[in-house]
Amino acid sequence: MSTRLQKQGRLIDRSKQITFKFNGTTMRGFEGDTLASALMANDQMMMGRSFKYHRPRGVVASGAEEPNALVGLGEGARFEPNQRATTTELFEGLTSISQNHWPNLEFDVGAVNTALARFLPAGFYYKMFIHPQPFWKHVYEPIIRRSAGLGKAPDKETKDADTYEHFYAFADVMVVGGGVAGLQAAKAAAQSGAKVLLVEQTAHWGGRAPVDGGTIDGMEPGAWVEQTLAELQAMDNVTLRARTMGAGVYDHGYALAYERLTDHTPGVQGPRHRLWRVRAKQIVTATGAIERPLSFAGNDVPGVMLASAMRDYVVNWGVTPGQRVIVATNNDDAYRTAIILKKAGVDVLRVIDARTSGGGALADEARSLGIRVDPGKAIAKVKGGKRVKKVAICNQDGIGGAREEVACDAVAMSGGWSPVVHLWSHCGGKLIWDDAQAHFRPDPARPPLGADGNGFVVPAGAANGPVSLGEVLADAQTAGEAAANAAGFAPKTADAPKGEVEVELPMEPVWLMPANADTPLRMKAWLDFQNDVKVSDVQLAAREGYESVEHTKRYTTLGMATDQGKLSNINGLATLAKALGEDIPQVGTTTFRPPYTPISMGAIGGEARGEVFQPIRKTPIHDWNDANGADWEPVGHWRRPFAYVRPGEGVHDAVNREVKNARENLGLLDASTLGKIIVKGPDAGKFLDMMYTNMMSNLKPGKCRYGLMCSENGFLIDDGVVARIDDDTWLCHTTTGGAERIHGHMEEWLQTEWWDWNVYVANVTEQYAQIAVVGPNARKVLEKLGGMDVSDAAIPFMGWADGKIGGFDCRVYRISFSGELSCEIAVPASQGLAFWEALLEAGKEFGVMPYGTEALHILRAEKGFIMIGDETDGTIIPQDLGLNWAISKKKEDFLGKRAQQRSHMTDRNRWKLVGLETVDGSVLPDGAYAAGEGVNANGQRNVIGRVTSTYYSANLDRGIAMGLVLHGPDRMGEVIEFPGTDGKIYKAKIVDPVFYDKEGKKQNV
Amino acid sequence: MSDPVSALNHVSYVGIARVEETGLQGMITLRGDLSSAALGKAVKAATGQEVPDVRRAAVSGDSGACWMSPDELLLLVPYAEVEAKLAALNEALKGEHALAVNVSDARAVFKVSDGPTREVMAKLAPADLSPGVFEPGEIRRTRLAQVAGAFWMEEDGSFRVICFRSTADYVFKLLSVAAQPGSEVGVF
Repeated sequence: MSTRLQKQGRLIDRSKQITFKFNGTTMRGFEGDTLASALMANDQMMMGRSFKYHRPRGVVASGAEEPNALVGLGEGARFEPNQRATTTELFEGLTSISQNHWPNLEFDVGAVNTALARFLPAGFYYKMFIHPQPFWKHVYEPIIRRSAGLGKAPDKETKDADTYEHFYAFADVMVVGGGVAGLQAAKAAAQSGAKVLLVEQTAHWGGRAPVDGGTIDGMEPGAWVEQTLAELQAMDNVTLRARTMGAGVYDHGYALAYERLTDHTPGVQGPRHRLWRVRAKQIVTATGAIERPLSFAGNDVPGVMLASAMRDYVVNWGVTPGQRVIVATNNDDAYRTAIILKKAGVDVLRVIDARTSGGGALADEARSLGIRVDPGKAIAKVKGGKRVKKVAICNQDGIGGAREEVACDAVAMSGGWSPVVHLWSHCGGKLIWDDAQAHFRPDPARPPLGADGNGFVVPAGAANGPVSLGEVLADAQTAGEAAANAAGFAPKTADAPKGEVEVELPMEPVWLMPANADTPLRMKAWLDFQNDVKVSDVQLAAREGYESVEHTKRYTTLGMATDQGKLSNINGLATLAKALGEDIPQVGTTTFRPPYTPISMGAIGGEARGEVFQPIRKTPIHDWNDANGADWEPVGHWRRPFAYVRPGEGVHDAVNREVKNARENLGLLDASTLGKIIVKGPDAGKFLDMMYTNMMSNLKPGKCRYGLMCSENGFLIDDGVVARIDDDTWLCHTTTGGAERIHGHMEEWLQTEWWDWNVYVANVTEQYAQIAVVGPNARKVLEKLGGMDVSDAAIPFMGWADGKIGGFDCRVYRISFSGELSCEIAVPASQGLAFWEALLEAGKEFGVMPYGTEALHILRAEKGFIMIGDETDGTIIPQDLGLNWAISKKKEDFLGKRAQQRSHMTDRNRWKLVGLETVDGSVLPDGAYAAGEGVNANGQRNVIGRVTSTYYSANLDRGIAMGLVLHGPDRMGEVIEFPGTDGKIYKAKIVDPVFYDKEGKKQNV
Repeated sequence: MSDPVSALNHVSYVGIARVEETGLQGMITLRGDLSSAALGKAVKAATGQEVPDVRRAAVSGDSGACWMSPDELLLLVPYAEVEAKLAALNEALKGEHALAVNVSDARAVFKVSDGPTREVMAKLAPADLSPGVFEPGEIRRTRLAQVAGAFWMEEDGSFRVICFRSTADYVFKLLSVAAQPGSEVGVF
């Protein structure tokens, strides 16, 4: 059984007991425990079931690399699946549930999959889809849907109770990893004066060194860590962050770090996670190394653990995973586990060392403590279901016969160490194979390159290959100095602290235990615990022709789970290499992608949730609109009222009321969102003649002109009214969505093409509230407010004037997008609401009503005015819309002119704008296509046009529409058919697009 | 005529720092040749300040000159004096190719003070706000989460933050979230 030891546990505080729950059972742990150590202290070795076969699984590791011990953490609004028990700090009231079990952890129906394992081989999913369609629809898919997916999604009705944020940080040198290498590298870099940011993913500094022993400058590693930490804390140029994981390295020294602020104290005020968005000149990856499992049959039975993890549990948390332990290894390091366990009073039955030579000094120490060492031996098989019961021992050099069985309750395994090269590799750092250590390590000649062509990542310590304490510290010193130097600081060269540790004999790579294990053993030797991939699966993939490691990964799902193969990758590709008869470096690794371990979606979103999920732009009249029934319509980031709905009224009733009132009495439109761009300079006229299709340079001050803007490809991009303010200055109105875009378009041409023209532009859109005063009573309300002459003589149609109305500073544009008598009046934004309210008050006797964007659309459609975005879609030229009158024939050039002369643009078969009038007065469906004669090459009916705008016109009491139709203007009076998606055929007559007041008398009074 | 009203009418929030809308500020966008003597004189006359260097802001009270781009300055003047200052500028710049426009009402201004102000700003803007790098006299025309913004630092360590008027509500809420209780970073 796994129990708490009487002594040991440097990270726990035995005076502070904590109560928590696992699968509904109340358990106790200590402050400083991880969920994994606390579960083990409660003899809960089995922590979940595997993904595919639902095999019982226990904790394997003690840190971020853990593949098995995943739990659903928290409840309700704080529930989160797939949390690693090994990195979850215990807190009072923690609740957790195991995953992939049904109906419960102890008895699981899905475990029958194990019995079916031979029917679920590598590539099962791929092969399945070869079968006929009914099979996967009715048989496979329902089964896969049930069993696929790791963990349970949070309840869709709940909202995450926590907040998150980003933080932009800048450093000369960022050091990832707070083990002894990271601390030393940070110190070496900081002594040069460089600004250093050091991050450590756990709550503790010093990494493995305090567990693994040895001495640094004659001190216990733990004492050296304390001392060095204090030195770093005292330096102003060093920032230290624990519980902060270096998640990813990107181009140009950009890195993400994931800080977990309140995971261990949920409910405490403040953000839960903070995502650091770091710009560093140099990044030191002191990310350590991860121990590899050994591939033997039953290596996934709860109670089989990494040797290093087992001693972590003893030293750090005072927990032993078993009472009678067997250690299996191919290196000297695992003897440390045997020694530590033995000294803690745990029975170590024997060390099974795959090397015939046995171990070195550490092995001698183990022997002297009375531990039996068996060189040249292997684990043939671990027996037991939910717990290790027995180990069958055989010769390493064999197929697994002649076994000796030993009863035990835990197995420690060590297959050597792999440097954590993830962050080095994220941005293109390359690896080389180290034969002596049988691992990939960073290739110093091929680092990820920055903008200057030089490397910007420096690996340090175990992450760079060295394994012994002395080498690790020396390497860290060199890395810290190199990073500081590359960041432009002169490092103070100092000697690295002297690390001393027992001399180790070389390890021997062991990719399968025993070396020639027979098929039944290989089918139980796990490579990837989380995704249930075995040695036999990878070998099968190789036999079936999967030679590329990337293909094999996807075929077998090796390394594709949430742990991204931290334990499995090297063993997996070594197995593949062997099956292919190639060397490991020839097979290579799969791609390392950020983040290093999963980070929360909340952290990625940062502050962007709730009210600040997205900016909502508001006009000065927004709040009034909101309080007066606005049915909001998003227009870009703006919100505009679709209609002002009165109590008891439907939205479309409101629209009809507003449309009629604007024609009969007086309507007000909040037009503040329209773009307003000032263009000034001696060359402004010339510039605008290039920007617009028609002539703007000859516009007289005091006058307005409607203009069209096209891209250099000839397509319409915007339209609006241009007013000439004085000899040098024009004001260009754009569409609401066009304000920023057209401003940028103008700047781009001025900065890149016509940089020698004397023109300045400024976007003054938001300086003004602009209100359209529309309808037969428009002039009356303005005259009532008084202050300036608004008569037709003073401000004729398409004229503008400055003045005061009702005491407000106004610029009055006599323009009309409705066909009514209309002025658009701009006032300073800070007085916009007051002016709006003054108009409403004064307009009462004239039947004033505000109207929304839908009424605006209907009013313009009744007049046949086009709308950018409705009649245009990026493929429409002005000629398609019958706007030839707005295209200058006099001008030598304008943007789009050349393009509009190309053969396809002048093709008479381009669809042209017409009005459409349903024969029965109904409303045409929006976007409907007109069907023509015959079928096309795909057997579809030919189309001869489409609807671009369609509305019910309350003024005409019928449906009106505009559309683009083949030879449309030549077919006036013809009836064409629009099949609707509702199965009905809509018949519409081709008519002139101006439905209302064809002579344009109403706007000209 | 009614009293002009700023976008959020002096709303405020107190978390780890104080966030408040400071009300109307006269602002003039001036585009022109920043090396021109006439322009320099006009700027001095309008604001009492020299033409600022790249990324510099020379501000005193509600008057100042801020660098915006190689051919653009933002002039700060008392709100009530904008039109007069604008007229004087246009007069002084006659014959020069330049553009001066009133943008006072197109903007909102916030003050972030009384707390770890650098941290509050560094949660929203991708700019290096470390002491020694960003100090009073510096201005950044940058991004505040999802919208455009600019800010400079006053001698007392408070920030003045400018955004477009339409995004004032968003920026106020953004600054408030960034100043929420318990969110100190503890870096600067």
